[in-house]
Amino acid sequence: MSPLVSIQGLSVAFNGVPVLRGVDIALGKGEALGLVGESGSGKSVTWLAALGLLPRHARVSGSVRLDGRELLGAPATELDRVRGGRVAMIFQDPASALNPVLTIRKQLCEALALHRDLQGEAVKAEAKRLLDLVGIPDAARRLSAYPHEFSGGQVQRIMIAMALAGNPDVLIADEPTTALDATIQAQILELLSTIRREMSMAMVLISHDLGVVAENCDRVAVMYAGRIVEQAPSNQLFADPVHPYAQGLIGALPPLDGPRRRLTAIPGTVPDPAHMPGGCAFAPRCALAEEACGLGAPSLAPIANDRTVACIRAEASRRALLGIAAE
Amino acid sequence: MGRYVAIRIGRAALTIVLVVTFAFVVLRLSGDPALMILGPEAPPEVIAAFRKAWGLDDPIWLQYLDYFRAIAQGELGRSMRDGRPAIQLVLERIPATLALTLPAFFFKVALGVPAGIYAALHRGSGIDRAVMMTAVAGFTVPSFVLALLLVLVFAVQLGWLPSGGQDSWRHAILPIVTLSLGGAAVLARFTRSAMLEVLGQPYIRTASAKGVPWRKVVTSHALPNAAIPTVTILGFMVGTLIAGAVVVESVFAWPGVGRLLVVAVANRDLAVVQCILLLVAMTMVTSNLIVDFLYGFLDPRLRAKGAHA
Repeated sequence: MSPLVSIQGLSVAFNGVPVLRGVDIALGKGEALGLVGESGSGKSVTWLAALGLLPRHARVSGSVRLDGRELLGAPATELDRVRGGRVAMIFQDPASALNPVLTIRKQLCEALALHRDLQGEAVKAEAKRLLDLVGIPDAARRLSAYPHEFSGGQVQRIMIAMALAGNPDVLIADEPTTALDATIQAQILELLSTIRREMSMAMVLISHDLGVVAENCDRVAVMYAGRIVEQAPSNQLFADPVHPYAQGLIGALPPLDGPRRRLTAIPGTVPDPAHMPGGCAFAPRCALAEEACGLGAPSLAPIANDRTVACIRAEASRRALLGIAAE
Repeated sequence: MGRYVAIRIGRAALTIVLVVTFAFVVLRLSGDPALMILGPEAPPEVIAAFRKAWGLDDPIWLQYLDYFRAIAQGELGRSMRDGRPAIQLVLERIPATLALTLPAFFFKVALGVPAGIYAALHRGSGIDRAVMMTAVAGFTVPSFVLALLLVLVFAVQLGWLPSGGQDSWRHAILPIVTLSLGGAAVLARFTRSAMLEVLGQPYIRTASAKGVPWRKVVTSHALPNAAIPTVTILGFMVGTLIAGAVVVESVFAWPGVGRLLVVAVANRDLAVVQCILLLVAMTMVTSNLIVDFLYGFLDPRLRAKGAHA
């Protein structure tokens, strides 16, 4: 089955500094994909680039296909139909994501008018239905309120309602809960997965929070310094991470069950995009690095059914992990 | 909301009183009107009579009280030079000044705002750089230098336009151009930075992400937000409509309020100067008040604050 969205060799540079260095992602219909990595690893840039939302000075190359249609370099009118209509996006900071001088009704109805064949009263009725759907109480009255009259969690619900306005096939949720309180986070994630199931919509959940991704996604892609370093079904990645970076991320999480153990931190820091090491970008921080790691950047290669990893020491790393586990 | 309005109006009234007081004291301490108007050779008894007639012998606080008592009765004093009511002298000059400042205001807005918006939307382009260079030149060059430059080129060299006076509409062209260029430059820079600030906001990206065409993102999402800071500077410009052309009127010998002010200050014609300053303070304060209320109209966040205040 051909994927719904297929990203191949996507690269982005800002003022000659590469921030995305050949990203490949395939997203199936209705699938929930998690995208994890530290800030600056290119998680958000990947999807902003795919939808043509980066500033003009960004240099984007590669290929992004939606149902086989190329989006990179597509005319603006076609992109405007895709954005919000087929691929919707919600962002991290709900407080500034809605226009402060326009009412919620205006902003919701704008999205409805763009992507749905609705007229007059039907638009308003649908706007109210969407607010009800995302759990805004007293929706009919609240439609005429302004964004500052809602709490952060409520604004994020409104953002979700707005994203749903075009009945999209994919929802890109870019750190949707990072700016929210822990209790509200859980509610928003719950809402997202309910909606995804009911509308059989695919979702990309961008997060630096591994726990969030593990609970809500079928498959996870780990990004490091502008590349995907490992891709696997969620349960497999968390049980048996192969790339040393993925191991490091998971090793830094406290286990919920089993004996208490010392948490391990990844030594060093993410390399500066302007001064990337030659070869594997993670090699300077990697305990398993050998000379060959500095020679060329490894490409994603399959290691099992539905699993890929970009590491020439994948086998050694796997053995090392099992060795530690056996101790 | 009523309280908000009352506080604003109270503050505006206080500002006017302070301006008038300041002008009153400074004018009286900075030179003797009797000597200025009658000349140093006038006989001492004439000067004494003049002082007595205008109440200049009284202590300053008494003069001040008399002044406010008169204002309360709608009496703004008389010119010491020809004895006519000061307000009448000033009102006679206002049409001439507005004949320059109103068209100039229109051109400032019509030129400056679109230039600023365009420059922001094409940031870093050749046109952006050209607009910004012109704008910097426009507000660093003092208006009298620009005025003289325009006279040199269009009146002296080319002989297309008169260099001064008020005989026909052609006489108004150079003063209006001088006033417009400086103001347009300030507005262009201001509008550009307001637009850039807004275009960098996450809600602009949200609008694009939901499929709003770029042109509409600019008109219905960016412009209403960028209007808020731009209105501030526009309000300031409205405030200068009455006395914002002092220098330009002097250079072009245009008989407006600005020229009247210069002459009146030189002569220490106290009532006239005070009358003009009162008028200027009132227009400034009124335009600021209007701006405050416009904020409430443009920005729902401030409206809410005002309602609670």
